[in-house]
Amino acid sequence: MNIHEYQAKELLRLFHVATPDGHVAQDAEEARQIAKGFGGKAVVKAQIHAGGRGKGGGVKFAKDPDTAADLFKQMLGMNLVTKQTGPEGRKVQTVFLSDPKDIAKELYLSLLVDRGSSRVTVLASTEGGVEIEEVAEATPEKIFKVIVDPALGLTGFQARQICFDLGLSGDAFKKGVVFLLNLYRLFVEKDCAMVEINPLILTEQGEVMALDCKMAFDDNALFRHPDVLALRDLNEEASEEIEASKFNLNFIKLDGNIGCMVNGAGLAMATMDIIKYHGGEPANFLDVGGGATEEAVKNAFRIILQDPSVKAVMVNIFGGIMRCDIVAAGIVKAAKEIGIKVPVVVRLEGTNVEEGKRILADSGLNLQVADGIKDAAERAVASVR
Amino acid sequence: MSVLVGNDTRLIVQGITGREGLYHAKGCRDYGTKVVGGVTPGKGGTEIEGFPVFNTVKDARAATGANATMIFVPPVAAADAILEALDAGIELIVCITEGIPVLDMVKVKRVLPDYPKSCLIGPNCPGVITPGKAKIGIMPGRIHLPGSVGVVSRSGTLTYEAVGQLTALGIGQSTCIGIGGDPVNGTSHIDALRFFQDDPDTSAIVMIGEIGGSAEEEAAAFVKAYVTKPVVSFIAGQSAPPGRRMGHAGAIISGGKGGASDKMAALQAAGITVVESPADMGKALAERMRK
Repeated sequence: MNIHEYQAKELLRLFHVATPDGHVAQDAEEARQIAKGFGGKAVVKAQIHAGGRGKGGGVKFAKDPDTAADLFKQMLGMNLVTKQTGPEGRKVQTVFLSDPKDIAKELYLSLLVDRGSSRVTVLASTEGGVEIEEVAEATPEKIFKVIVDPALGLTGFQARQICFDLGLSGDAFKKGVVFLLNLYRLFVEKDCAMVEINPLILTEQGEVMALDCKMAFDDNALFRHPDVLALRDLNEEASEEIEASKFNLNFIKLDGNIGCMVNGAGLAMATMDIIKYHGGEPANFLDVGGGATEEAVKNAFRIILQDPSVKAVMVNIFGGIMRCDIVAAGIVKAAKEIGIKVPVVVRLEGTNVEEGKRILADSGLNLQVADGIKDAAERAVASVR
Repeated sequence: MSVLVGNDTRLIVQGITGREGLYHAKGCRDYGTKVVGGVTPGKGGTEIEGFPVFNTVKDARAATGANATMIFVPPVAAADAILEALDAGIELIVCITEGIPVLDMVKVKRVLPDYPKSCLIGPNCPGVITPGKAKIGIMPGRIHLPGSVGVVSRSGTLTYEAVGQLTALGIGQSTCIGIGGDPVNGTSHIDALRFFQDDPDTSAIVMIGEIGGSAEEEAAAFVKAYVTKPVVSFIAGQSAPPGRRMGHAGAIISGGKGGASDKMAALQAAGITVVESPADMGKALAERMRK
């Protein structure tokens, strides 16, 4: 789960990780007052869950309170298009104002759970404010990495090493060490998946601060963090995906026209792959999970068919725990309640497959029962041609 | 001989009094696995469906001689259940539970090297089966056929797909290992490949990979250096867009890394037969075995 910059910075403050003063404005007048409070100037920042906001026009400098109010009005409700939003962009629903700082140096810092080492890893770079992938590509020697032993946590010497690598000295060095130790504590205590501070700034006054912050949490750990879960912004998630999550379905919308309903994430990916292999385009990734009920299957079908670009549906179920008769009953129920107007190809295999096929055959519905994954994909692709 | 599980397996089930735990304890017993009991803290001394229940793994091991455990404990306590099994000296720990916080698994992974005699499979996995002998897990036993092909995968149902294709061609399996879809897990692809290479009853290997991380690239390097048996592979997620997590916590292409094409190229360079279509896994293996 991702959160907004302004929410991430509230968490940083809670853990005594330095970040410039900042507030969300509800209206233009409040924006003006916030800027006044900063001494007149402010950085006005659109809050969406996507990077590249600056280049898209979502981060602007206000030289006085009136400009801050004008920028607020411009940004609120604007459709912000960045490299990460896709061409459709994202509507800005929250605007945040930050106290401008005199930047001496822009650095980079991130913490994440690294699969290779199976541990929390700190990445730092002297090249901040640009995309870290580009730095890694062009100048890998400017990226520093420290792997944290979970039994010890981030140690003092490791934090010092990173601050030396970042070229910090004197008072700023001490502040950098405290910054890192507190940030690690936040990461672990809140079960973060990734925290990226880009840029981490050294100010002319010798402060070390998080100028921006992206924070993502481990979905599996949200059960023990109701405070974090409360920060979820449904406006930032696709409506079908929210709908799907209510029924424990894992759904991701894609650009094609063949809807997929599959059990298991690996088989769901493989189903998308084989559709593409035979010349089609999948309209979605949908994993109904291991123990889906008739009701969940029905809702999965409804969500797939809500997408007007779907011209055919491929159902691919290899029943282990999941029983084919339950899947079949769910499909029949969906067809009767919602009505299915596009070709549906069903491939059932595994537990109770005969019973499942009988339910489909007896339903009188116009379904194509496929023999194997290849046959199913070929039929689905042929039906949209 | 077979890999990990066989006629000597004596299995307990942690979380045996839960719905899922009991259902699959019976499923394993029906398949022929010696299920010698279960653990549910606070219900020690009782019995359920003929299985004796113990308060702790230690008690269960002392009373039954258990050498394997299957974990169905809910995510909030599952990592602790793994630690308890390690501490009790259980040799094979299969954790089925899905949804364990990754930082909990980071801690488990930290202590695994302290227990060199124990092997963790999973979490978030279908388990391990040696067809015709025993299974520890949730896979449908009937689709399997005893034979000599080792299968390793992160995904449950995609493994069934591969097994289904092999069985339909009359090609049996020595052992099938589902290592699970989480980013931090116990047994890796490389560990499984080593088991299969060292197992005299395994003559060929199907390895199913997926997008995200670099485990497949590492497995390719390992195959090149160590594995002499024919290997067939499929990478799921060739059509997945970058930046979207495809169900498994690890399946994501990010920062230009973890894409399918790089993995497929690495596997091919190591002499592995890589199929583009998931429908061709069985066929490709049959061809490799004929050579």
